[in-house]
Amino acid sequence: MSTESPEVNEVIEQTPHAGDGAPPTDQLAPTLMSATDAANTTRTKIEIENLNFWYGRKQALTDISLAIQERRVTAFIGPSGCGKSTLLRCLNRMNDLIPGARLEGTVRVDGHDIYNASDAVVVRRHIGMVFQKPNPFPKSIYQNIVWGAKINGFSGQPDELVERCLRQAALWDEVKDRLGDNAYNLSGGQQQRLCIARALAVEPEILLMDEPASALDPIATTKLEETILDLRERYTVVIVTHNMHQARRVSDETAFFYIGQLIEKTPTEQLFTRPREQRTEDYIMGRFG
Amino acid sequence: MADLSKDIGGSVSAMRRRVGDALAVLFLAATMTGLVVLMVLLVDIVVQAWGWLSPGFLANYPSRFPEQAGIKSAIFGSLWMISLTGLIAIPVGVGAAIYLEEYARTGWLLRVIQVNIANLAGVPSVLYGILGLALFVRFLLLGRSLIAGALTMALLILPVVIISAQEAIRAVPSGVREGALALGATRWEVVRDHLLPMSATGILTGVILALSRAIGETAPLLMIGALSFVAFIPEGIMDSFTVLPIQIFNWASRPQPEFKHLAAAGIVVLMVVLLIMNAAAITLRNRLDKRRQQV
Ligand SMILES: Nc1ncnc2c1ncn2[C@@H]1O[C@H](COP(=O)(O)OP(=O)(O)OP(=O)(O)O)[C@@H](O)[C@H]1O
Ligand SMILES: [Mg+2]
Repeated sequence: MSTESPEVNEVIEQTPHAGDGAPPTDQLAPTLMSATDAANTTRTKIEIENLNFWYGRKQALTDISLAIQERRVTAFIGPSGCGKSTLLRCLNRMNDLIPGARLEGTVRVDGHDIYNASDAVVVRRHIGMVFQKPNPFPKSIYQNIVWGAKINGFSGQPDELVERCLRQAALWDEVKDRLGDNAYNLSGGQQQRLCIARALAVEPEILLMDEPASALDPIATTKLEETILDLRERYTVVIVTHNMHQARRVSDETAFFYIGQLIEKTPTEQLFTRPREQRTEDYIMGRFG
Repeated sequence: MADLSKDIGGSVSAMRRRVGDALAVLFLAATMTGLVVLMVLLVDIVVQAWGWLSPGFLANYPSRFPEQAGIKSAIFGSLWMISLTGLIAIPVGVGAAIYLEEYARTGWLLRVIQVNIANLAGVPSVLYGILGLALFVRFLLLGRSLIAGALTMALLILPVVIISAQEAIRAVPSGVREGALALGATRWEVVRDHLLPMSATGILTGVILALSRAIGETAPLLMIGALSFVAFIPEGIMDSFTVLPIQIFNWASRPQPEFKHLAAAGIVVLMVVLLIMNAAAITLRNRLDKRRQQV
């Protein structure tokens, strides 16, 4: 397990269960978390190792190694075109759909190599995604949530599922009287929260969000950020954002990318107050990008 | 740079204006030529058909005696033909469109296929008739049957069905596809539950327009040997048949003047069928547009 990234080693040493394919151990996590550094101690959920990615002949990601911790919010920041979305889409194999795209390296989730040991459909079922542009289905609010669960074999009470997911996405109160309405009649911010609810309905363990607030006004953004902070209790969240303040408000760890490379990944507070790299500092101070 | 304050009171030079006006008159004339010719034709047909378009004309079989001749077998033949053609062309065409849009890998092979489908849409229909005669009538021993005709017609409209279905499927926003796949859906689940329902109206519009081309086609069915004198209604797909344009063609080619009137009456019937089909297509398209605007 050789890697240039010191963070990966650090985390692996702290968490004996990472990488050996053990299922999530809820009982173990609290005991591991000592009182002194509770914030830093957690299991590694996603482990990216020496990842290279090409669109045709154009390399979009270069030798990325990164560990993403369970039940934490990890933010990806960096100038436009640096590969944040590309990396995010590598994590649930959405890039498989792009003709001519090629990937090298490994991505492990709970120790399982998602590219070699898994079917892309299964991977995506466990790793939800919320897109930059809200993309609800042109069906009722209710159907938007139930559909994903149904195709994945959900057999419980759909009414309960709809209410639970809408509550988790902080949308329930606004739509509870009009669940039969077409989702296209919702506002942009409501549509985005519906997309989160839709993703939660298939009970993923990880939620990937690509600039989920970019189409939203400040109030909707605040609501969305509150939703994300709530989600952290149960889900591992990775969020791409251009908004430095947002990264600071919602994330526990932040990774800074620059032209397809990972420059550094540290606890968010540290990255914004004491960045290790000059380029990170320049970027967060607004000197480029 | 032009000086607005100096120009604003004046007008465009007389020469430029004259050219524009002259062209406008020319374009109007071009538009009117088409319209006028069409109107004259229509009026002429209706006048000729007048008095011959009776309930009896619709209810009778063809006859040697013009007064007793009717178009019943041709109407039923055309309805059979269109239904069978649709039954064959819709699943095959939509299936091909789904494959080309959603499953096929992009590359030179796909491009070659795509170009060829577009070319096939322009092949003269009589060639399809020759193909149908060789393949369905002779080789597959289907004879001069409805099914041989329908298979030939299905081949003829397939390119148009495929292309319009592809366009309808492509018009579904890619966000819907991605959103569904990201929930762990298989491609087929996305097609079944999202792409097909969302493109159904568009696909149907294309299919109706293609079928209304088929209903007016004569050449391929002449080639495969549709009869022009049929005094019965087909009862199965192996029966022989006639269709409206062939009946019209047959009447029009007879020397007696009475049959010219019968042909005109037949044309009116065919036009009504075509108008109904086109109206259906337009209604569907409007509904689709309305739904798009809501989106
Ligand atoms: N489908 C594609 N085909 C070819 N090149 C692509 C494709 N998608 C992205 N790229 C290229 O890959 C690089 C990384 O793109 P990516 O979308 O990951 O950037 P990003 O960091 O998300 O940018 P932004 O902040 O603007 O969204 C860019 O140079 C982009 O032009
Ligand atoms: Mg992006």
